[in-house]
Amino acid sequence: MRIEGPALKVEGTNIDTDVLYPGSFLNIDDPAHMKAHLFEGLDPGLRDELQPGTILVVGENFGCGSSREHVPLAMKAWGIGAVVGQSFARIFYRNCINLALPIVVCPDGAKAAHSGSLVTIDTDGVVTVDDGAYHVPPTPHFMQEMISSGGLVPWARRRLAATDA
Amino acid sequence: MGYTLSEKIMIEHSDEDHVAPGDVILVRCDVVMANDVSGPVAFRAMEQMGATKVFDPNKVVMVSDHFMPAKDARSAELQTRLKEWCDDQGVTYYGQGRGGIEHTLLAQEGWVTPGMVLAGGDSHTCTYGALGAFGTGLGSTDIAASLVFGEFWQTVPGTIQIEYVGAKPRFVTGKDLILAVIGRIGVAGGTDQVLEFVGPSLSDISIDERLAVSNMAVEAGSESGLFPADEVTAAYLAGRSDKEWSFQHSDADAEVADRLRVDIGALPPLVAKPHSPGNVASISDTAGTKIDQVYIGNCANGTMTDLRQTAEMLRDNKVHKNTRAIIVPATQSIYREAMKEGLLDLFVGAGAIVSTPTCGACFGGHNGVMGRGEKAVTTTNRNFKGRMGSGEAGVYLANAYVAAAAAVAGELIDPADVTAGAKV
Repeated sequence: MRIEGPALKVEGTNIDTDVLYPGSFLNIDDPAHMKAHLFEGLDPGLRDELQPGTILVVGENFGCGSSREHVPLAMKAWGIGAVVGQSFARIFYRNCINLALPIVVCPDGAKAAHSGSLVTIDTDGVVTVDDGAYHVPPTPHFMQEMISSGGLVPWARRRLAATDA
Repeated sequence: MGYTLSEKIMIEHSDEDHVAPGDVILVRCDVVMANDVSGPVAFRAMEQMGATKVFDPNKVVMVSDHFMPAKDARSAELQTRLKEWCDDQGVTYYGQGRGGIEHTLLAQEGWVTPGMVLAGGDSHTCTYGALGAFGTGLGSTDIAASLVFGEFWQTVPGTIQIEYVGAKPRFVTGKDLILAVIGRIGVAGGTDQVLEFVGPSLSDISIDERLAVSNMAVEAGSESGLFPADEVTAAYLAGRSDKEWSFQHSDADAEVADRLRVDIGALPPLVAKPHSPGNVASISDTAGTKIDQVYIGNCANGTMTDLRQTAEMLRDNKVHKNTRAIIVPATQSIYREAMKEGLLDLFVGAGAIVSTPTCGACFGGHNGVMGRGEKAVTTTNRNFKGRMGSGEAGVYLANAYVAAAAAVAGELIDPADVTAGAKV
């Protein structure tokens, strides 16, 4: 699977899901309405930088803290194409997989990229940032399949259909 | 080569005969839980999956606690949605006046026994490790699939074994035991790992304090924080659950990612300074910091143990004139027990306010959020920037003695100094 887009760099380590989507907005359960609050506690101006297909480039332990799926749901609602980071907190990482938002650990690529860099992700193990290519371990098969087939919802639909058949 | 406790639980809850860290497997759940925030989002995903029924109504439980009681019309509607869904599915619902904060509540009500797997739509589901259960926090789509199939996918975690040795000093509690660990390994130090707590000190660490320890495993990035069941666990569960369970622990030859020894006897009361649970210092290093608000409660530290520790500090004392104090018993049953014991009267008499059980201001939802430039000391588990309200507020995480001592002094202070002062 191959994804290409312009980078938007989110600086900082241990960026938690509270600053990405503050708790006071957790009374919203419709993803279309979550969109307006992404990055609210970090830098609301980042929303103005987003365009369809933007690849977020982030630092270490991105998405730590609360399990709130509001963060990747809001990212999907903005049309963010993928997230590339130095490392991720586990719950955020799996939430992205489940929502078929491609997420790749690539420390050197994430450090090299700046906002506006052209980023290409091949989930078999290469991230390209402008002219530099960075090799990473391939995304595990189960997760690649989850992402390429549209996430956990379609996965569940197929499993239910197979059970009914 | 043997298995760790968490690997044994994974094998028992999957079709695998063997597991190793990094394997991606399907894990069966004994309990699936969500709340007024994660539940309604999960129900949407469940509908998109085309599913209409949960896998087993007896293994599902929902708790309204985050915006409890409703802070506005929208949160009221989320709670109504949760209740109606539960009625429709025939699953247990803990609503207003009947429950409390989910993790303290589920432990208290006997939903959790050693060796179980619990999938929770809340990152602090790791709290159930206090009872030797693999509780783990998941997002709403994961919860939806767990509701439908009774399974979730899981990358088998490794294990970091924490050995506690030594005897707890007077004002050191479970909170300090876990802050000491996070201070050492950092907020990402436990990523892809389970923390497993072992050692000779455990017999002296109550379940209330173990809840506080396991609760913050996720603040080190960990999947869960397990206390292998022992006699303390058995005594707690007697009368709460009639489910069968067994004493299990990691094999002596199991491979662990790391081992860490913490000498409890050498610990002072600790404080995590703004804006990270990993920014740990001793109380003496932070003493003198002026405090605007004290918040005692949440799924980590709203137990009777915490309330009794608070009472030790507030008895014959008053909340400082420049400081506000909010005390939040974690469940209705704790609230009532504290009332019978006279603690609530003592708190109110001292000038604190006592709230009904709620996640409240811990996550910046309502019920005591912080303003710009203010500083709080809390017994909660996260002090991220803006977590409790304004991004320009600062939150210090500490145990209930330290928090209550700050309420009396109006500033961070060693609890030993307050007790001495009060008795003069």
